Amino acid sequence: MSASRSTSRRRAANFDAPMVRRAAGDALRKLHPRLLARNPVMFVVAVGSVLTTGLLLRDAIGGAGARVVLFEGQVTLWLWFTVLFANFAEAMAEGRGKAQADSLRRTRQETSARRELPGGGLETVSATALRKGDIVRIEAGEMIPGDGDAIEGVATVNEAAITGESAPVIRESGGDRSAVTGGTTVLSDWLRIRITANPGETFVDRMIALVEGAERQKTPNEIALNILLAGLTIVFLLATVTLLPYSLYAVQAGGGSAPPTVPILVALLVCLIPTTIGGLLSAIGIAGIDRVMQHNVLATSGRAVEAAGDVDTLLLDKTGTITLGNRQAVEFRPVAGVDEATLADAAQLSSLADETPEGRSIVVLAKEYGLRERELASHEARFVEFTAQTRMSGVDWGQRRIRKGAAEAVYRWLREQGMAIPHDLEASATSVAQVGGTPLVVADNTSGALGVIYLKDIVKGGMRERFDQLRAMGIRTIMITGDNPLTAAAIAGEAGVDDFLAEATPEAKMQLIRREQAGGRMVAMTGDGTNDAPALAAADVGVAMNTGTQAAKEAGNMVDLDSNPTKLIEVVEIGKQLLMTRGALTTFSIANDVAKYFAILPALFGGLYALARAGHGPLWALNIMGLHSPESAILAAVIFNALIIVALIPLALRGVTYRPMAAAQLLRRNLLVYGLGGVLAPFPGIWLIDRLLVLLHLAPNA
Amino acid sequence: MTLLGWAQIALFLALLYLATRPLGRYLARVFAGERNALDRVLGPLERLIYRLAGIDPHVEMHPTAYALALLAFSLVGTLLTYVLLRCQGWLPLNPMGFSTATAPRGATAMTPDLAFNTAVSFATNTNWQAYGGESTLSYLSQMLALAYHNWVSAAAGMAVAVALVRGFARRGAATIGNFWFDLVRATLYVLLPLCVVFSLVLVSQGVAQNLAPYPTVSTLDGGRQTIAMGPVASQEAIKMLGTNGGGFFNANSAHPFENPTPLTNMLSMLSIFLLPAALFGMFGAMVGDERQGWALWAASAVMFLVGVTTVYAAETAGSPLAVRHGVAAGQGNMEGKEQRFGQAQSALFTTVTTAASCGAVCAMHDSLTPLATLVPLVNMQTDEVIFGGVGAGLYGLLIYAVLTVFIAGLMVGRTPEYLGKRIEAREVKLAMLFVLVSSASILCLTALAVSLPGPSSGVLNGGPRGFGEMLYAFSSATGNNGSALAGITANTPFYNVALGLAMLVGRFLMMLPALALAGSLAAKKYTPPSAGTFPTTTGLFVALLVGVIVIVAALTFFPALSLGPILEHGLMHAGRLF
Repeated sequence: MSASRSTSRRRAANFDAPMVRRAAGDALRKLHPRLLARNPVMFVVAVGSVLTTGLLLRDAIGGAGARVVLFEGQVTLWLWFTVLFANFAEAMAEGRGKAQADSLRRTRQETSARRELPGGGLETVSATALRKGDIVRIEAGEMIPGDGDAIEGVATVNEAAITGESAPVIRESGGDRSAVTGGTTVLSDWLRIRITANPGETFVDRMIALVEGAERQKTPNEIALNILLAGLTIVFLLATVTLLPYSLYAVQAGGGSAPPTVPILVALLVCLIPTTIGGLLSAIGIAGIDRVMQHNVLATSGRAVEAAGDVDTLLLDKTGTITLGNRQAVEFRPVAGVDEATLADAAQLSSLADETPEGRSIVVLAKEYGLRERELASHEARFVEFTAQTRMSGVDWGQRRIRKGAAEAVYRWLREQGMAIPHDLEASATSVAQVGGTPLVVADNTSGALGVIYLKDIVKGGMRERFDQLRAMGIRTIMITGDNPLTAAAIAGEAGVDDFLAEATPEAKMQLIRREQAGGRMVAMTGDGTNDAPALAAADVGVAMNTGTQAAKEAGNMVDLDSNPTKLIEVVEIGKQLLMTRGALTTFSIANDVAKYFAILPALFGGLYALARAGHGPLWALNIMGLHSPESAILAAVIFNALIIVALIPLALRGVTYRPMAAAQLLRRNLLVYGLGGVLAPFPGIWLIDRLLVLLHLAPNA
Repeated sequence: MTLLGWAQIALFLALLYLATRPLGRYLARVFAGERNALDRVLGPLERLIYRLAGIDPHVEMHPTAYALALLAFSLVGTLLTYVLLRCQGWLPLNPMGFSTATAPRGATAMTPDLAFNTAVSFATNTNWQAYGGESTLSYLSQMLALAYHNWVSAAAGMAVAVALVRGFARRGAATIGNFWFDLVRATLYVLLPLCVVFSLVLVSQGVAQNLAPYPTVSTLDGGRQTIAMGPVASQEAIKMLGTNGGGFFNANSAHPFENPTPLTNMLSMLSIFLLPAALFGMFGAMVGDERQGWALWAASAVMFLVGVTTVYAAETAGSPLAVRHGVAAGQGNMEGKEQRFGQAQSALFTTVTTAASCGAVCAMHDSLTPLATLVPLVNMQTDEVIFGGVGAGLYGLLIYAVLTVFIAGLMVGRTPEYLGKRIEAREVKLAMLFVLVSSASILCLTALAVSLPGPSSGVLNGGPRGFGEMLYAFSSATGNNGSALAGITANTPFYNVALGLAMLVGRFLMMLPALALAGSLAAKKYTPPSAGTFPTTTGLFVALLVGVIVIVAALTFFPALSLGPILEHGLMHAGRLF
């Protein structure tokens, strides 16, 4: 995790002053009925607040006692705070992305572009005038005006505006590095670009919309949760509304106290309906997307983040994800009659000019045989570069010609030289392949085959533990590789993945995804090339690498700006954390009701059948917290209910602590904290607020 | 509380436990249409019924078609019963001449509202009785109009439960079975054999079974008494096994002709819980993991034990006033109880009959101490899911399991799944509808009764007890239970109509979401379980399920309950009775 975290942008602290000020303003703006109506729970609280405000005004003007006005005034105030706190939570969640969105928007507006005219020549237009299919030219120092594909040229591009990474990247026409993003800057050379997105639909536009939460659509799970919360709200609304006739009947029959007033019933309702989760629900969703973005992954929708939590199968590319991108030479295996030093010497000579990581690792290994790097010029050495046709590289050293390369290629070369292929050479090459290595055969034109260099795929550190954790969470990992099945099996065994797909073609990958999905499993994968696009689109979570092609980026539902395929695992973890946070706060919110009943019911009915001297009826016995008076009890419950929203904002934004473990363990742990905690926590909380109210003389004595 | 008392409660649960698995597996075979031991005897009869009715039992139904068949079947049954009850005066098997000029003095007239209430009551498996059977109904009415519903309403309940279980068991399916097939097989292969055996046992213990007119006898002190009789044993068996609860006599299972001995009492209680418990077993068998069924069984058993303990403790403690005045010292509250059953069996019966939506009683609920009345009320207000009614218990508890999985399941970091089916917006909507319907019916209709001068003055007891009686009536009707706290003059147009509505709502408006849920689940793909799946067979899940039922269903009624039994309890200790 640390590797990718280090590359992610450093964000401002959660609660810096300007952000809080901005969120407070937004909280007020969000009182607009149209916005409130999106959230059924908070809408009910708002309607209740309006109702109590009206009654407060009536009582204040009508000359009700100071005591009544003080009480109703406080209830009203805290009901409004409940709504505002919920709005504030949402605004805080959105606020983290807004500053960034603003700077993005500024860069976009100031850009201009040189568009190619149909008849040749260039015209300068504003970036906003560009349409799909336009072709523009960008020189060094200019900003790329919109998303597109490089169709000519090679250039270094600074993508810090998008990725936060200041090291420049190469963009070139053709191949898998052709995609460029609007808002990034060309540092050197030039590019000819075909624009692939209309204004308003670009990557930056989507990013702005996303971080601002402007066009945020509720995710399927959020919709389901909202239905549950709305249902509970209706149930409690019925329970509260019917309480009025019930208590009228009780008062009529028993006397001893007046029936509860409407503000009290509204207070009861607001305490019972799930305001905690209702108020924090959208903040949790926005924060989830934001957390993904902090990992420098851009999700195109909240739905994608949520789906990540549900993933059952991870398809991971071997190279770069499970193994280090480059293989290393670990052993020289000479054929019979050749000693290791001879083989090492030849291998080193053939690799001296080989700047690939593999080549360098051969030189390093050869040093262990006491071979120093030699001055090449003095021997009139001529290097033979690797080509896709020959699949060999090597060196012509005077008369001596040394070749190293894939086994088949070197065999062919030996045959051309009219030399035999020793039996133990083939055996040696096969044995290397069997343990997951890549055999490079070394030969020269004087003594024929010399032996095999064992190039080993190096599995990244900690991957096995990672896969063990995933397995504990119920997620299967499947390694995708172009290697042959033998090699693939060996590496799969070493890395500890559950399964592998060898000699993978795009079609085979696609089939694998379809098969997993047909079995009811959800699949996540990463990809970068154009031929990955269908698979990325078919996968439930498809993370495209930012270095990849435009096609891949559009097919997936996330783009990793760091192009680090290992991050898929973190994305899955964030998805799980998002769902867990929702579940934890829902459970907490519902469990809270137990204590609130014990605060409000004695306050409502404690006076029924009261004997004149005692002042309290039998139901005052439900006041197990020993709260001061009916007024203080109701106020304490309402205040607790409002403050708990604020208290949980950091948790909603940060997400609950996540550790990979099996569902049964997770459940036990979370249930203890948020279920049992949810039942117990309000008791001391309400009691404390009650004490404070008495201390501050906000709850008058009876 | 005595050791012997606890031993009886333990024996009851142990016997229930032993019966669950074998009967559950048998039920699974019956509803899968597989061959079973009774095929040879009942197979021809079954095929004859299908042929006569022109039914192809192998045609699979969509949820809508299934629901329409259920509704049409129930509606026709209700209408026929209404007509039959209204016409009983002109029909045979009426030796006492009810609803005619020769009716005995004090007999109750079968008015339109009473006939509506009674017809609905039996068609909905409620068996709320606003009348006394022996003073209102002819033998034909009892045997044809009412007993018929005792059979088919139980079978229909089972059918809905089976359909919902099929929803969980099927994958990517559009249909949930055939209503007629389920109805006929439930009646023939399940209810019929069990009732035959149980009736014979009852007769052996002295339960009446005849069609004679009521004899008049001279009593020891020279008075004359009319002894009500009738075909009791045959009705008694289905009354219990079908969780119907409508007694042949007004005294119900306290009457010695219905329930003569402690043995019949124990068997009666077992037969109430037998099918609901076995349906949990069937559920486990049908979804291919019996532990899933046991988890529901365990959740029910936990809530049930809390209930029994509360009633048993409250009743043996008795009223502090009685204790102070030395009334029946050491026996606790024996008012309204039969000596032959005693405290433990009475507490057990009270809890069993209200946990399952039976409503038969062997002790007067109106005589219970306030805290003891809390248990029947909560049992009914939690939608009858503590073992519950035949069928209704299983589909109700499954719906709560869906809600539990949804609320808590997110805590494992996945979209909640139950039995491999993802719980999404539509499922949550239907489950909440189910919860909402019963709360709304109980709360709103009670509020109406409390507010109207007529209904609220028709309550004999005052204060919190009077309120409790109204709350009880609507809880009982909505929960399709049928027991009463008494004290209400129930045979009035208001109560007959309002309670009739509550029964209809509590039955059909809760079955429809269950069937819709069945359809929605059946259509879903199956996600195989993994280490990341929310476990639904552990003790933790059982605790969670209980927690959700208590918080979502029971606590909704906490304010109302505090104005009823809880207030009454406090006042009793302050020396006030109602």
